Amino acid sequence: MMNALMMHLPVLPIAIPLMTGAALLLIGDGHRIGRNALSLLAVVAQLAVAVMLLFAADGRLGLNWIHDIGVYLPGDWPAPFGIVLVVDRLAAVMLCLSAVLGVLTLVFSLARWDRAGVHFLPLFQFLLMGLNGAFLTGDLFNLFVFFEVLLAASYGLILHGSGATRVRAGLRYIVVNLLASFLLLIGIALIYGVTGTLNMADLAMRAGSLATGDRQLYEAGAAILSVAFLVKAGAWPMNFWLAAGYGSAAAPVAAMFTIMTKVGIYALLRLGSLLLPTGAPAAFGLEWMFMIGIATLAFGAIGLMAAQQLERVVGYCVIVSSGTLLTTLGMPGVALTGPALFYLLSSVLATAAFYMLIEMVERTRVFGANVLAVTLDMFDLDDPHTENRSDDVVGVAIPAAMAFLGLAFVSCVLLVTGLPPLSGFVAKFSILSGAIAAANGNTPPLDAWLLMGGILISGLAGVVALSRTGVRVFWGSGDRTTPRLRLVEAVPVSALIALCIALAAFAGPVMGYLTSAAQSLDRPKDYVEAVRGAPSQRLPGYGVQP
Amino acid sequence: MELVLALAIGVLAGSGIWLLLRPRTFQVIMGLSLVSYAVNLFIFGMGRLWTGRPPVIDASAPIDAAQYADPLPQALVLTAIVIGFATTALFLVVLLASRGFSGTDHVDGREPEA
Repeated sequence: MMNALMMHLPVLPIAIPLMTGAALLLIGDGHRIGRNALSLLAVVAQLAVAVMLLFAADGRLGLNWIHDIGVYLPGDWPAPFGIVLVVDRLAAVMLCLSAVLGVLTLVFSLARWDRAGVHFLPLFQFLLMGLNGAFLTGDLFNLFVFFEVLLAASYGLILHGSGATRVRAGLRYIVVNLLASFLLLIGIALIYGVTGTLNMADLAMRAGSLATGDRQLYEAGAAILSVAFLVKAGAWPMNFWLAAGYGSAAAPVAAMFTIMTKVGIYALLRLGSLLLPTGAPAAFGLEWMFMIGIATLAFGAIGLMAAQQLERVVGYCVIVSSGTLLTTLGMPGVALTGPALFYLLSSVLATAAFYMLIEMVERTRVFGANVLAVTLDMFDLDDPHTENRSDDVVGVAIPAAMAFLGLAFVSCVLLVTGLPPLSGFVAKFSILSGAIAAANGNTPPLDAWLLMGGILISGLAGVVALSRTGVRVFWGSGDRTTPRLRLVEAVPVSALIALCIALAAFAGPVMGYLTSAAQSLDRPKDYVEAVRGAPSQRLPGYGVQP
Repeated sequence: MELVLALAIGVLAGSGIWLLLRPRTFQVIMGLSLVSYAVNLFIFGMGRLWTGRPPVIDASAPIDAAQYADPLPQALVLTAIVIGFATTALFLVVLLASRGFSGTDHVDGREPEA
């Protein structure tokens, strides 16, 4: 039993949400407690599996994985003929992050959001399935399929709760993502057309031995592919939909979406690392990603200063975090990849907490109180919460609600802008120290200084914009009601912030793990060997005792 | 044949992109459909163009791989068609919802001021 579980561990992050989602569709809306319990059970199980994979990918469970990279063959066809799921340290970290976020946002949404529309719980599970699948898959076409699974679920979720603002923002979100999916398909088809393979490990081997004409087509395909990933990652100039789309989504949905931009970055990192040794094509190569990252950072910083509504401000924080990641990962070498991954963890947790927090903060305020009356007219802003004002929230209210909100707000600001003492600071500090080391090393020093300047200036813009908003929200006089907060809403936000504190407190071990994840990305040979050497699961001696 | 296919893909993609940039939601959805046709044809074309070669192996005859078309792009294009169809259907619903909320079929949800 235990052995069978261990053998099938890599497929569980996909199988659990798939089955739970299907079951939730079948259970009627009447069984609310049962549905909630089942959803919670499923996300907790996913978290447990993700944590086990985290240890397994570090070689601590004694599973005898080749190079500590777990390969699962769902149809038991050997790679590259069948499809493969691959777990390495990076994938395990991302799985863990999505599971943690899944548990906490689900708890938050059970306060009332699950009843704001139909099929919230199944869609939530399918979103998790798509995310986990995209992190696990070892071939390009399944990457597309899982992207579509998570996008299809996200289309439903972004419209959850309905309302004119959501539908208008959702419309743009859907068009942009459909177009990006078509680009993804063209890139995949082009790459298949010249290399004859979709398996990433096989591709990494064959890409080096292409004839000149094929090589050009292949590079064009890879460039189109990376444009599609950059759209998903929210890179400038293809991110105009992001702030409005995320800002108008329901709070737990927006919190869950903060990891979706990171899926694009994960795909860029994964394919980039595999294709780099064979001379990565231009856009997976570093210079382009670096420049796009800088542009995204600049766009995010300007947007932060200009944004008036709290939701928009956080949306631009997500863009800044994407820009920081793209810039950092665009630096040559792997020295900065570990810190970048640390920043990814910290920024996803922080922005997710922020989205949930501002929904609670907004309850205390009358719409438009923080925006100049002129601006309201000029930009024709609508109240995004008209349809679901939460004045009627009932249940156990927590005491000292304003104190809690204020403290949580300050923590989020510290995390997002990277001020000490929380994990945002650790992340940015390690990126900056890596950049300084790189500037003294073999990197063009201009790039390193650009990176440092970009990160510091965007951080400053974040501090200015967020403290301005904070002053207006918490110290400004005017219409305000003391909010009633429920425990299930306060706990997830506190837990996310506590996790960030834990990240800062245990920065050493976490950074150690992430650095070894980065180093194994630098050895794509290991990945290729693990995938091609994956043993058939039916043979005795693998997973089961003979 | 290659030229005809390439032209067809080009015309479909070009008209699709032009329609996508138009301000009415119906034009946008037609544009998306045309782009998806272009993409599907493109995927199909990536298996190379043959006539009279089946993708499924005939077990009764001696097997010569050169006599068969590449089945993988055909499988891929089926998946892509299904997914594209589903997402387009979903988009149609959103489009109708947007029309219902705003009373206009402009993508901005309001008519531009003249």
